[in-house]
Amino acid sequence: MSEAARNLLSGHAFLAGFPPEAIALVAEQAEPATFRPGVLLFREGSPADVTYFITKGSVSIEVHAPNRGPMVVETLRAGQVVGLSWAAPPFRYQFDARAVDEVEVVCVDTARLRVALAENPVLGFLLLDRLAAVILERLQATRIRLLDIYGKSDAR
Amino acid sequence: MDAGDDAVIDLDGLDRLIALLVARGYRTIGPVARDGAIVHGEVAGADDLPAGWHDIQAPGRYRIEQAGDPELFGWAVGPASWKSEFFQPTETVWRATMSDGALSLRVPPQPDRPVAIVGARPCELAALEVLDRVLAGGEVPDDRYRARRAGTLIVAVECGKPSSTCFCTSMDTGPDVRAGYDLALTELLVGAHRFYVMVGSEAGAELLEQLHWTAATEDDRRARQDVVDGARAGMGRSLETEGLAALLGRNLEHPRWDEVAERCLSCGNCTLVCPTCFCADVKDVSEVDGTIERRRSWASCFDVDHSYLHGGPIRPTTSSRYRQWLTHKLSTWWDQFDTSGCVGCGRCIAWCPVGIDITEEAAAIRATDGALTQEDVR
Amino acid sequence: MLAEATAGSWAVAPLVPMPYVVVGRREEAADVVTLSLEPTQGAVPVFRHGQFNMVTSFGRGEVAVSMSSAPGAPGAVEHSIRRVGSVTAALCDAPVGSLVGIRGPFGTSWGIDEVEDGADVVVMAGGIGLAPLRGAVRDLVARQGAGRGRVFVLAGARSPDQILFHDDLMAWEQAGAHVGISVDVAAPGWTGLVGVVTALLPGAPFEVPGSLALLCGPEIMMRFGGRALVDRGVDAGRVRVSLERNMQCGIGLCGHCQLGPLLVCRDGPIVRYGGLADALFMERNR
Repeated sequence: MSEAARNLLSGHAFLAGFPPEAIALVAEQAEPATFRPGVLLFREGSPADVTYFITKGSVSIEVHAPNRGPMVVETLRAGQVVGLSWAAPPFRYQFDARAVDEVEVVCVDTARLRVALAENPVLGFLLLDRLAAVILERLQATRIRLLDIYGKSDAR
Repeated sequence: MDAGDDAVIDLDGLDRLIALLVARGYRTIGPVARDGAIVHGEVAGADDLPAGWHDIQAPGRYRIEQAGDPELFGWAVGPASWKSEFFQPTETVWRATMSDGALSLRVPPQPDRPVAIVGARPCELAALEVLDRVLAGGEVPDDRYRARRAGTLIVAVECGKPSSTCFCTSMDTGPDVRAGYDLALTELLVGAHRFYVMVGSEAGAELLEQLHWTAATEDDRRARQDVVDGARAGMGRSLETEGLAALLGRNLEHPRWDEVAERCLSCGNCTLVCPTCFCADVKDVSEVDGTIERRRSWASCFDVDHSYLHGGPIRPTTSSRYRQWLTHKLSTWWDQFDTSGCVGCGRCIAWCPVGIDITEEAAAIRATDGALTQEDVR
Repeated sequence: MLAEATAGSWAVAPLVPMPYVVVGRREEAADVVTLSLEPTQGAVPVFRHGQFNMVTSFGRGEVAVSMSSAPGAPGAVEHSIRRVGSVTAALCDAPVGSLVGIRGPFGTSWGIDEVEDGADVVVMAGGIGLAPLRGAVRDLVARQGAGRGRVFVLAGARSPDQILFHDDLMAWEQAGAHVGISVDVAAPGWTGLVGVVTALLPGAPFEVPGSLALLCGPEIMMRFGGRALVDRGVDAGRVRVSLERNMQCGIGLCGHCQLGPLLVCRDGPIVRYGGLADALFMERNR
């Protein structure tokens, strides 16, 4: 663990209100990193071995199709977390994540995190509870976006 | 005289050989110096050949200079390859008219006049062998290509003066001839100006019989070997082919693709001059009078529309298209046709306007095998 | 010299189409028209499930279209064509009695004759992807019973008005196949499932051992679907997908359809997912 990681995580919105020992637990498996614009943080199909707490910049979540190239399905910013597939099987990233600009993150090793959470169920519950809230919010927003409410049909 | 025999002819003999081919009705094509390059043109005798011309080639550079000497084949290869004789740049495959709902379709006949080639290099013979596999070796062969190949007579000429862009030795396609010729000549300049001849077929043997030839001596054979050995030693560059196909296959995300894309103009020159590139567009064209023609014409994978699928091209970036070309030529060609796509002629290096060198690109990836564009500060 | 190629033989010139008459046409959903075609001479050549023809609209051009009827079905061969460009538009507009050109059959097949006794077959189709599977599903459904496994058809579409071959889907369900349909976005009056087509998998109780899976649709669907099936336990080598690339000659001569080591017209379009398509799907061209 690095002091830098702990300081960055202490101020991160995803962990707002967490007791210091919970933050220390996450920071134990964490390292800061930077990504240049255009670089992929992770690729669809690869093992979800890292989850990223964004502290600066934007990350786009993308799906690539052969004749349409990468299609952005969501953009995440500082204060948000990208790479949630570590939370459930098959523990593989379902999308690509790409740095839109100069991105600074705290990388958390998810294998070690899962072990730590299993050993600390109360803190584990806190983290997964926060995760559930984020996933729910993204799901609800995605459903609304699917309705294409800005489409012409809205004129009826 | 049989296939496998050798002989010697002099300059006059070569002149007579060409005249004989013309007299027999072959459209006889050979190397000629024209427009600042060694290109292909109709030849009537040895006088039409590029005596005294030598080429200087480098990445992005091609020039010929007249040195005033009698050497006829003192150059490597020019921009044109013999591919265009058999796999034509544009060909009408059929012509049809529709009237009153009835279709009348005709296939244009093959031209009657057979072709004789004088001056095909060993690398070019290897390239024709590759094209034979691609265009005539599959389940559905191109019969017009096959017919043209079968009817053509080939007089090959071994290389004495490779250029700096040549690497046939790396691809094991030269500088000596292997197969695919009716007659093969090696120009000998030490002593009398003469040509060592190898007979490659019955047709070649029969032609040779019509000329004044002398038996090849041990000196002649040694002189020929010296020419070939000299060419091998003077090869301009090399390509390490050991494990190359697999190397490229596991480096599809290598940062070198983006790097070369910053230089590559995606102009397609390399595919135009390459003697094995075979991509073609198949398009139907309607004329004003209602005639429909299906035309097959040369295409290039560097064209952004080459991979177009409804919605857009599969390969919209220069990086992905350069990667497609290189990996196909040196790697996936093996999967598709069980041979390399490259014969080491070096044309793509000389004729690239920015001098991209296929051997250098492959070597760069080999040197940093496994590097990823996404490898970042952690 | 008039081309003397007989149906299915390419001895003279491989790019010459055989004339076929449009004997029937049916407007399907979603900009799709099914043409029934009969050769002007001879019979429809024998083809295998999943293969394609190069279909010429004289004067416009030629496109690759899979057969949407089953091989051996008497009389005409069917092609279901989606209107996406000038050639497909002309084909979709082709009136009964007009002529089109056919070259083929080309490509690899779904290989449904390799289904082991008792093994279930899962078919996952997205949008127009149901068309190249239609003949195979028809024959698989007809073979059900008598020691054969069951057929599970999972069909996805963007919206209810884009569901293809609705009558066939109902008929297959009647005949004992498991049929699941879902749409990405509902419309008023839709009482069916709404969700991605892969979400239909948990509700499909097929026997995993020995099962065969056939997928056809947008590449993203085949990518996610293939992975979901393998996660469920299906042998990756027994999952088959149908690839699509720019095709101009259909016979491995023009180079347009290259995808890695494959010429899709010759080595595909149907290829195994495990150890081949799964890697090819990951090719990124930014």
